[in-house]
Order: sequence, then C-alpha cells, then structure tokens
Amino acid sequence: MVRVDYDKCLYCAGCVGVCPVDAITLYETRIEISDECINCQICIKFCPVGAMEE
Amino acid sequence: MKKDCLVVGAGPAGSVFAKELAIKGHDVMVVEKKQEIGTPKRCAEGITKHGFDKFGIKIHPLCIYGKIKGASLYSPSGKKVVMEGEEMEGYVIERKIFEKWLASEAIKNGAEYMVKTQAILMKRDNGKWKVKIKSIEGVEEVETKLVIGADGVESKVGRWAGLKTVNKITDYHSGIQFEMANVNADERHIHIFFGRDVAPLGYAWIFPKAFSANVGLGILEKGAKMKAYGYLIKFIREKEEFFRNAQPIEINAGGVPVAHFTEMVAEGVMLVGDAAQLVNPIHGGGITRAIHSSIMASKVADNAIRKKDFSTEKLMEYQKMWDSEYEEKTKKLMKLRAFLEKLEDSDFELLADILQGEDIYALTQAKLSFFIKKVLKKPSLLKLAKKYLMD
Repeated sequence: MVRVDYDKCLYCAGCVGVCPVDAITLYETRIEISDECINCQICIKFCPVGAMEE
Repeated sequence: MKKDCLVVGAGPAGSVFAKELAIKGHDVMVVEKKQEIGTPKRCAEGITKHGFDKFGIKIHPLCIYGKIKGASLYSPSGKKVVMEGEEMEGYVIERKIFEKWLASEAIKNGAEYMVKTQAILMKRDNGKWKVKIKSIEGVEEVETKLVIGADGVESKVGRWAGLKTVNKITDYHSGIQFEMANVNADERHIHIFFGRDVAPLGYAWIFPKAFSANVGLGILEKGAKMKAYGYLIKFIREKEEFFRNAQPIEINAGGVPVAHFTEMVAEGVMLVGDAAQLVNPIHGGGITRAIHSSIMASKVADNAIRKKDFSTEKLMEYQKMWDSEYEEKTKKLMKLRAFLEKLEDSDFELLADILQGEDIYALTQAKLSFFIKKVLKKPSLLKLAKKYLMD
C-alpha cells in the first residue's frame, strides 16, 4: 500500500485525480489513502514533490 | 434539508454557476471543504482580458495584481519570441481574492454557502440525490435533484455519479510553483520557457504580480527524469538573471488535465470546470473554460428545474452546448499537443526561428493550417507533422 509523507505533501490532491480506484481523499489539508489502494503507484509517479511512497 | 441544487466546490466554476442559478431565483447551496475559499491556489493566476469580456464579466479591480501586455517565449537555448497584441492582454489575479469576490457575487444574488463543509458521499434514492455533508456542526444530509460537481481535479461527484473522471497520467501535468518575491522579470509580460531539461513535455513560467511572481512548471511523468519539484529547483538555480535575489513566499502544487474529456453529465449531475477536465490542453489555462462551462450548465439547470426534468437526456443539452463550441477545437489542440510532445530541443529552436508571436497565439486557438504549411517546409519536422497534424 502507498503511504503519504506529510512533511512533503502540499495537499494539492493531484493524486486523488489519478487514482483509478478512488482510494485517495483529501480532507481539507490531509491526504488519506483507504484500504482500497491496489498499489498501482500511479500517484507516486504523479506527485510533484515525491510525497507518496510505498 | 432540501435544495433545488447543490454545488460541490466554491472555486470559479462553482461560484459562477451558483450566481447564475441564484439570479434565476432558484434555491442553490454551495459547499466548500476548505476553511477558506481560494487558498491554497493550484494556479499560475493568469487570465486573458478577452476571455472575460466575452462573458460580460468585469473583474473587480481588487482581484487584479498585475496587468499583462503580452508573453515572452524562450527556446531551450534562450531565443526569445515575443507575443503582443490586444488578444494577449490580460491580468495576473490574486486567486484567493478573486474566488472570494465570485462567491460574494453569488451570495448577493441569493446563494447559500457553507465553508469547511465536505461532501462525503452521495447516493441515488428514488429519483433524487441524497448527499452527506460534514461540517463543524456534524453530518447532515442534503436532498436534491441536481448536484453540480465543481470539485476540481479530485472530483468525487463525478465518480459517485459513475462518470469516468479519473485522469490518465499521460494527460495530466504534474505542476509545481513557488510564488517568489524580488524576481527580476519584465512585469508587463508573462514568461514561458521550453526545453526537455527545463520542463519535459510541458513548460516553465514566470507570471509577475504586484509584489511577487508565480514561478512554476508543469511536466508529464513519461518524459521526466525527476520530480517536478526537482525541475523547478534546477530552473530557479540556472536562471540567475531572473532569480538571483528572489525568495519564495508560498509553494503550490497541482494536477493539470490536458485531455479531451467526454462525459460531463449523468442523472441529476453536471460537472463543470476542472472536474470535467475542461482545460486548454496546450497552455493548461482553466479559469475561462471553467466559467464558460458554468454559464452553459446554469442555463440548462434553470430549464431543468422549471421543467422538473433532471434526466441525463435533458442535462445532455449542456454537454451538447459545450461540444458545439469546444469539441472540434479541443481535438485539434490534442493533435498539436501530441506533435509538440515529440519534438526535440533542436526542433523548438527551429520553431523559434520560423514562428512569430501571432503565430503562436493562433496555435493556442487551434488554428493549425498555416502552421502545417510552415512545418511541412522543414525536412526535420515533415514526418512528425504528417503523422500527428494531418488527418
């Protein structure tokens, strides 16, 4: 499953928009990843600052 | 609670829609998940003047933080092409003021707003949508026949309605930006930089504002050797003439859809702005398209509420309206994008030699035939032009 490095995350929600299974949600300033994550890592590829990691 | 219409998201798309529908006397509520409308921005804040004149919108002067006369475009080696003229005139706005102003316009006309209020789920129930919203006061349910997804690139409304709003990573720029103080750039122009090592398959920008400038770039992952952030740090370090004494005062990021999306409507749902990926796929500008989509959607919504018809078929009038104005243009821009993504830095140098400023403006407006004629004369571009630009 993918994790968020909150020290880097700018909560732009770009990752939410590329998640193919709707496993990511932005709650105001906090990105959360649900158990539905299939570890496809598209969000890791997208993230402008490298805040998503395995 | 019951509402004629619920708008999810109070960005430019949501607030313009809310204003237009409220003017017609309908009961419209807007929920915004953030505690403050307009911040943090995911935007370089540039708009063209004619884009707004077209809608008869006169921007409140307090939103305008810079007046732009044109653009300076830089090839990878630094060759400059200048674009000026009436059509290039525009503003750099302060996005958080702009969004609050648009919200206030909607509220003056009767729209109801809730901030720090997130739509967390919506379900179809007996011809209506039941939308759960969560605010400081807890969870409530809104019952409505019409939901407007103005919830940006991360649109949940679209997904809940069963629309394929997922962005493809091949059509989605990874964007990063510093707002910086003390940038040394001609403030009458926006500045655009191309190059595989500058911003692969995208571009870097400087948009000057009153006390600062937005300095950022967008890239496509498939062309990148590092993260967008890494490219931006490199850009700022290498372009000493602009950034020698500059420092950041804000950092922003975001995804920019550079696609041609085709599903904007479902039973009792319309998507507007970024939620429907309505962005110019060449320059990535989204504010004008967001506002235009909202104006179109509000006309259809007004009619749907009067006729009590919220079927997909009825709401498709909105999508048809959109397509008649933008479909052909967007398809052409997608072709142009595919062509530009194949170019090497040496090709960009060649384009800087053969294109004038007005040519480049024409390209962003999907006028391709003159361009095809020009590039067909260049042996190095002939093959790519035939493959990507011609039918």
